[in-house]
Amino acid sequence: MRTLITATVSGILFGAGLALSGMMNPAKVIGFLDLFGDWDPSLAFVMAGAMIVAMIGYRIGRHRSQPAFDSTFHLPTRTAIDRPLILGAVLFGLGWGIAGLCPGPAIAALVTGSTDILIFTAAMILGIVGFRVIGPH
Amino acid sequence: MENFTPVTALAGGALIGLSAAVLYLGLGRVAGISGILGGLFAKGPERGFRLCFILGLIGGAAALYWGYQQPPAVVTQVSWPWLIIAGLLVGYGTRLGSGCTSGHGVCGLARGSFRSLIATGTFFAIALITVYMMRHVLGWGG
Repeated sequence: MRTLITATVSGILFGAGLALSGMMNPAKVIGFLDLFGDWDPSLAFVMAGAMIVAMIGYRIGRHRSQPAFDSTFHLPTRTAIDRPLILGAVLFGLGWGIAGLCPGPAIAALVTGSTDILIFTAAMILGIVGFRVIGPH
Repeated sequence: MENFTPVTALAGGALIGLSAAVLYLGLGRVAGISGILGGLFAKGPERGFRLCFILGLIGGAAALYWGYQQPPAVVTQVSWPWLIIAGLLVGYGTRLGSGCTSGHGVCGLARGSFRSLIATGTFFAIALITVYMMRHVLGWGG
């Protein structure tokens, strides 16, 4: 139960952060990515704010042998700079640039009721499920 | 730079960072949305916390979005076929590359992962080039 409550609280903070920062709006994300347009540096401030606070969290974690409600930390273990990492990042970057949406904001922006967001998010989930079916394992 | 909103951007970012810290110190997990979503569609014992996180995310966004007297604009820039192509690319690409803006970008960089640094540099560079091509070479949108 404590696991599910912790996950819910973390999710709420994440969703509220996305809504407050304006990152739910694809036009604002594109405003950052379009360096040669009417440039909007907001996204860099979101990343900086998030990284500083997350870094403090990870620092605190270094002095703990385990998280509060689990027996072990589950950090990614892979370190190789390999083809899937690069190719995946390239495909993601293309999609992100075209639509101005990445996974967190796409899910959060479903609350607007926008059909465009729904179509993007459905396709994104199809891509995620598709990877399970036809992707390398 | 008339659209620049530094205060809400920093504050919203701090909330996202706090979310990552809570998930890590509480459950030992990385707050990567594509990874959490991917695990949600896989069979396994850990779907419960993932589902709660995603529902919380939607709830948190809804509370703030609908709490505004005038909900902020959410404007998409491209037509449905392009939204579908972009969605497929984002879904497949983030799984192939093991992360997105949150998992590699926020969490990976915050914990000093070189792999995440390379991934983040790559998807930012490709997104910048893509927007440049669309806006200033092909002349679409904006």
